[in-house]
Amino acid sequence: MNDRVPLALSVEDLTVAYHSKPAIWDIDLGVPEGVLMAIVGPNGAGKSTLIKAVLNLIPRAAGTVSFYGSPYEQARSLVGYVPQRGSVDWDFPTSVLDVVTMGLYGKLGWLRRPGRRERDLALFALNQVGLLDLVDRQISQLSGGQQQRTFLARALVQDAQIYFMDEPFAAVDAITERAIVKILHQLKERGKTVLVVHHDLQTVEDYFDWVTLLNVEVVASGPAAEVFTSGNLQKTYGGRVSYLHDGQVLAAGD
Amino acid sequence: MKLKSMSAEDKRVWLAIAGIVVLGICFLPIGQWLFGIRYTYTVRVVALGGSILGVISGALGCFAVLRRESLMGDALSHAALPGVAVAFLLAGRDLGVLLIGAGIASWIALRFISALLGTTRLKQDAAMGIVLASWFAGGIALLAYIQSIPDASQAGLDRFIFGQAAAIIESDVLLISGVGAAVLLTLALFWKEFKLVTFDMGFAGANGFQVGLINTLLSTLIVIAIVLGLQLAGVILMVGMLIAPGIAARQWTQKLNHMVILAAVFGAFAGGVGAVISAIDADIPTGPMIIVVAFSLVLASITLAPGRGLLWSSWRRRLDSRRFARQNALRDLYRYVLSHGSPGTPVPDAFIRGIGDRSAALGLAQLLSAGLVELTGDSWRLTDTGIEAARRDAHSLQLWDLYRLYADDLDLPLLGEDRHLDIRDVLPADAIGQLEAMTEQRPN
Repeated sequence: MNDRVPLALSVEDLTVAYHSKPAIWDIDLGVPEGVLMAIVGPNGAGKSTLIKAVLNLIPRAAGTVSFYGSPYEQARSLVGYVPQRGSVDWDFPTSVLDVVTMGLYGKLGWLRRPGRRERDLALFALNQVGLLDLVDRQISQLSGGQQQRTFLARALVQDAQIYFMDEPFAAVDAITERAIVKILHQLKERGKTVLVVHHDLQTVEDYFDWVTLLNVEVVASGPAAEVFTSGNLQKTYGGRVSYLHDGQVLAAGD
Repeated sequence: MKLKSMSAEDKRVWLAIAGIVVLGICFLPIGQWLFGIRYTYTVRVVALGGSILGVISGALGCFAVLRRESLMGDALSHAALPGVAVAFLLAGRDLGVLLIGAGIASWIALRFISALLGTTRLKQDAAMGIVLASWFAGGIALLAYIQSIPDASQAGLDRFIFGQAAAIIESDVLLISGVGAAVLLTLALFWKEFKLVTFDMGFAGANGFQVGLINTLLSTLIVIAIVLGLQLAGVILMVGMLIAPGIAARQWTQKLNHMVILAAVFGAFAGGVGAVISAIDADIPTGPMIIVVAFSLVLASITLAPGRGLLWSSWRRRLDSRRFARQNALRDLYRYVLSHGSPGTPVPDAFIRGIGDRSAALGLAQLLSAGLVELTGDSWRLTDTGIEAARRDAHSLQLWDLYRLYADDLDLPLLGEDRHLDIRDVLPADAIGQLEAMTEQRPN
C-alpha cells in the first residue's frame, strides 16, 4: 500500500503530555494521500490534541510529524485548518467575507494587504459553502451552522493539499451538515486528503473511507471497512459503546 | 462599486465622528463660560497633548478590549511606577528617561505574567493581580524613599500616580507625537497580522504566522501607549483611557478598522477635554477628569448606539414581539377555522385569548387594524384578505417542509431555515416552482 500511494501525513511516536500525564501517547499514523479520514474516540481521547500537536500549535513531548515527507515548517502551505467553532469570539467586529479572506493571509506574507484577487477567491469559496448571500453579514449575527461554513470557506481558500477539521459537524443544522459532506467529497475528488475529528459513529462509514480510532493511543487505523468494527469500537470506547451495526460488522468484531 | 451608497453602518460611524467633533468644538465656549477656562498657550498645549495621547491609547486600547486583556492594561500601567522611580534615581527627571524606565518596568511585568501563565498553573487573573500589586507596592515604596532625599522631593513624581496635565510642556507634546506616530505606523503596517492573531490565534499559528512574536509586538505597542499616557492619566486610571474609547466605539460599529478610528476620535475627545478641565488648577488630578469624560462616552454609546445600544435592543424586542404575536394569532385563528369547518367560521374570543393571553390580544389588535379579522359580538371572523394571508402563511410553511425534504435532491440553494420568513421572499422563483411541483406530487 505504502509503496504505491505516497503518505500525505506521517506521524511517529507522537506524545503530548499535560503535567506528566499523556493526552496522546506514542501515536504512529500513516495517512495515504486522497483519503477522507475520521478521527473517532471518546471524550478526552485526545482527538483535538492530536490535530493541534500535528500542526505544531501545542508543544510535543516527543515524536516527529511529516507532511508529504517534509517537516511542518516546509509544508505549511500544504496544510489547511478548520479549528473548533467555539475557539474564537464570534462577537469580534468583522464580516463573513473578511474572515474568509483571512485564509489567504498566510500566502500574502508580511506587510502585503489583501486586494481584488483575494476578494474574488473568498467569494468563490463562500459560494461553495452556500453563504454567498451573507458575505457582508457581521459574524456576530451568524447561526452556528453558518459560523461553521464560514470557517470551512476560510479553509477552502487556503487551497491546501491536506485539511484538518476539528469537529466541523458538532451541533450544526442539517443544511450545514449536507454542505460539509458535499465539500468533503469535492475535496476528495480533487485528490485532497482530509482528516476530520468526528463524534457521530452512525455516520462514520457514510462520510469517510478511512478511520482512526483513538483513545490516547491509536487503537486502529486504516480503511473504514476493515477498521470500523464493533470489536475495535469496544476496544476504543470500552464496554459502554451501544452502537449497533448490521450483522456483517458485528460478526467481524466477534 | 465605489459609487455604491454608504451602508447604514458607515453612516453610523460618520455620524458618531461628526457628533463627537461638534461636541468637542462646542466644549470650547462652554468650558470658558462654565469653568472660566482661558485658552492660554499652556492650556492649548495641554489640550493638544491630551488629544494626541487619546488617539494613541484609544486606537491600541481596541486590541486590549478585543483580546479580553482590559485588566492586563491595568496591571501593566500600575507596574510602570517602580520603573519611573528607578529611572529618576539613576538618571534624573527628564521625561523621556522616566518614560523609558516606566516602559521597561511595564514590559518586564508583561513578560513575567506570561512566564507565570506558561510555567505554573496560575490563572490569568491571579497572575495579573499578584504582579499589579507587587510592582505597584514597590513603586510606592521607592517614591516614598525619593521624597525623603533632599532636593529630590521637588521632582513631582507623584504626578504619575493620578496624572497631571498642567505639567505637560511643548517638548513633551513633541515627544509624545513622535513616539505615537511610530506606534500608529507599526499598527498600520502589521494590521493584518494583529487582526488575525486577535481573532483566531490557532488558525494564525497553523498558517505559519509567528504568533508569539506578533503577540509580543502588539503587547509592546500597548505598553508604549500606556507609558505615554502616564503623566496625563496616572498609573491608577490609565486603564480607563486605554479601554473606554474602544468599548464606546465597539457599540457603534462592526468593523475593526472603524472601531479603531472611532476609538481614536473618542480618545482624543476624552483626553483633550479631560486635560483642559483639569488644567484650570494644578490641584485637579487629570486621570479622574479624563475618566469622567470617557465614561460619559461609554454610557452614551451603550445607551444610544443603533444595533447594540440598550434603547435600540429594547425597541427591537418590542417590534419582534408585535410581529410574532400577529403571526401566531393569525395561525391560531386559521387552525381553529380549518378544524371547525369553513374559513368563515367565527372563532370565540374566549378560545383565542385562552391560547396566548396578552400576546394574543396584541396580535388580534394588529390583525383587526390591518383588516384581516373582524370582531362581531364576542367572536372573531377572518376577512377575505385575512383568509388569503393565512393561506399564504400556511403554504409557506408547507414549502419550508418540502425544502427540508428535497433541497438536496433538487439541488436548491442552501438557506438557513428561517421558517418565520415567507419562503417566497428568500428563495428564487424557479426554486419555488420546483417545490410547488413537489406539492402536487405529495398532496399531504
